[in-house]
Formats: sequence, C-alpha cells, structure tokens
Amino acid sequence: MLSIALPIAFGLVAAAAGMSLWRLIFGPSAPDRILALDTLYINTIALLVLLGVHLSSPLYFEAALLIALMGFVGTVALAKYLLRGDIIE
Amino acid sequence: MKQFLPHPIITPALTLVWLLLNNSFAPGHIVLGLLLGWAIPRLTIDFWPDTVRIHKPAALLRLFGVFMWDILVANLNVARLVLAGPKHIRPAFVAVPLDMDHAFAISLLANIISLTPGTVSAQLSEDRRSLWVHALDTDNPDALIAEIKTRYEAPLKEAFTPC
Amino acid sequence: MNPVLDIVLAVLVLTGAVFTFIGSLGLVRLRDFYTRLHGPTKATTLGVGCLLIASAVYFSFDGDGISLHEVLVTLFLFITAPVSAHLLSMAALHQHLPSQAPAPEPEDNAGK
Repeated sequence: MLSIALPIAFGLVAAAAGMSLWRLIFGPSAPDRILALDTLYINTIALLVLLGVHLSSPLYFEAALLIALMGFVGTVALAKYLLRGDIIE
Repeated sequence: MKQFLPHPIITPALTLVWLLLNNSFAPGHIVLGLLLGWAIPRLTIDFWPDTVRIHKPAALLRLFGVFMWDILVANLNVARLVLAGPKHIRPAFVAVPLDMDHAFAISLLANIISLTPGTVSAQLSEDRRSLWVHALDTDNPDALIAEIKTRYEAPLKEAFTPC
Repeated sequence: MNPVLDIVLAVLVLTGAVFTFIGSLGLVRLRDFYTRLHGPTKATTLGVGCLLIASAVYFSFDGDGISLHEVLVTLFLFITAPVSAHLLSMAALHQHLPSQAPAPEPEDNAGK
C-alpha cells in the first residue's frame, strides 16, 4: 500500500509546490508573494519528509527542521519589513 | 529560588526539546538537557519581563482537547470551502471584544483562533480591548463571536486569572 | 512490513498530501488576500503534520527504537503558522489590500 501511496503523495505535494510557485510569480501584491513563499517552504518540508520515508533514511529530517526554522524567520522578517519599512527597530 | 530557577515551566520544556532533537532518551542526554534547561533561562532572564502563572492547569488541558478536535473540523471545513470554489464563501471581518488583559493569554487566544474553523486573527486594537478576526465563511458574526468567547476565551480566562 | 501498519501509513501519507494540495489550491483559487490566507495556515499545517506523524510511525517501526523527533517539527509548525498568518494579515491591512469583506482600519501597533 505504502509503495502505491508514496508516488501519489509525491505528485500531490509537487503540484501544491507548483501552485505556490504560481502565486509567488503572479501574486498581485507583496503580502501574497510572502504568503506563497511561506507555503512553498512548508511544501518543501513535506517533500523532504516524503523523501525520507521513501529512501528509509532519517538524514532528511535535519534539513526539514532547518527549513522550518529559516522559513519562519524569513516570513516574519519580510512581514515586518512591509509593516514598518524596517526590519530591526 | 527565583534567581536559581527563574522559569519552572521552561526548564522541562527545553529538556524535552533537547531530548527530541537528539532523538534519544539516554541518561547522558537527560543530564545534559537538564543542564541546558537550567542554564538557558538563567542567561536569558532579562528577556522575559513577566513570568507566566497558570492557576488552573486542568482548564488548559480541557481547552487543549477541544482545540485538537477543532483543528480537525477546521481543516475539513476549509478543505470543503476551497473545493466548493470562491463563489460560495462569505468572508467577513469581525471584532471580538476581549475580557483579558494578560499579554500571554491574548496571544494564545489569537493563535488558537488562527488554527481553528475558518478564522484568522487579523489584528489587535491599540488598547488591547478587541481582536479583529477574519472569518472565511460566516453568515452570523454574532454567533461566531459568542462561540469564540465561550469556547476559547472562557477557559483561558479561567486558567490565567488568580482565583 | 506488517500489513496493518502498511495501510495506516498509506492513509496518513495520502491524507497529508491531499491536505497540502488543498492548502495550495486555496492559495491559487480564492479571490482576495484575506481568504487566501486561510488555506496555507490551516490545511497545509495539518497536511505536513500528518506526513510527519507518518514519518515518525515509519521510523519507529523500521529503525532501531522509537523515533520522536518529527514531533518537534510538527510542534514548531503549529506554533509558527498562526504567528506568520497574523503578521501577514497585519501587513495586508497596513497596505490596504482589496478585500471582499469590509476591512477594518489598520492600527499602528505593529510589533507590540
């Protein structure tokens, strides 16, 4: 079952990443683009976790954790920039 | 006591994070985790101006159960609305009046609102008296406010105010 | 592999992937920024949560000993998703983005 479910899941998550990319490129406003970038980070985490299960390797977990940390910091910094025109007050 | 162990909740939390990060519950890691959990709050005590006091942990636990269930319902709801298409949603901004003034409780409430059915907390008013919430699909804003107040705010108030 | 475990893992992985997909679908399909905000904050977070639980179960039964560090990523995502959603909606209100619903006036208390 898992061997059938994994390729489908890969396809769905890759399609999700594609749609986030679409919004990142065409998104009419800056907050839309930041939201798309944030979603793209989370999609990437999903892809890495799936790859880890597919290859039975726990190595990808660290990468997923780092992307989660950096993605959050990046989103907050960009949103702050839009709010204040400055990141560090 | 306060100087020695400034945050009795953060210490076990940090220890747990350390153990999970190492994915091991070996005695050596437990000792090192406890050491870090003790040292980090001591070094960063200046960044934590006020300590959080939970007066009723049971209320918080019950809220956690309700919250977990609501996350599931929220996701099925949002998934249904997204699949139904943009024509069928009726978004609205709603101002929820707040009865709490504890900063931590308000931020907890805002986070809970963001993760539960069709609502995202948009902004807090200047005087911290009301919270603007964006609802994805609502036809009765008053019912939504009442639901947020009884379901989430009441237990939080109970847990964080001294009795 | 144990057949029951196999089915549980397959269901978890598929549920997670479907929710991740729906979250991004909302991002593309809905009309204004504030409604688009709902998809990624809820669906995507739960989707990745399901995938991470699947991964934790998989490595607990496959490798040596239980594997719980996936819980850390799940926890982190569930804590950060509402924070970034809140900041983004404040930024959007600040920029007076068009909204389907009448929007409130932005407050100048960012960062408090």
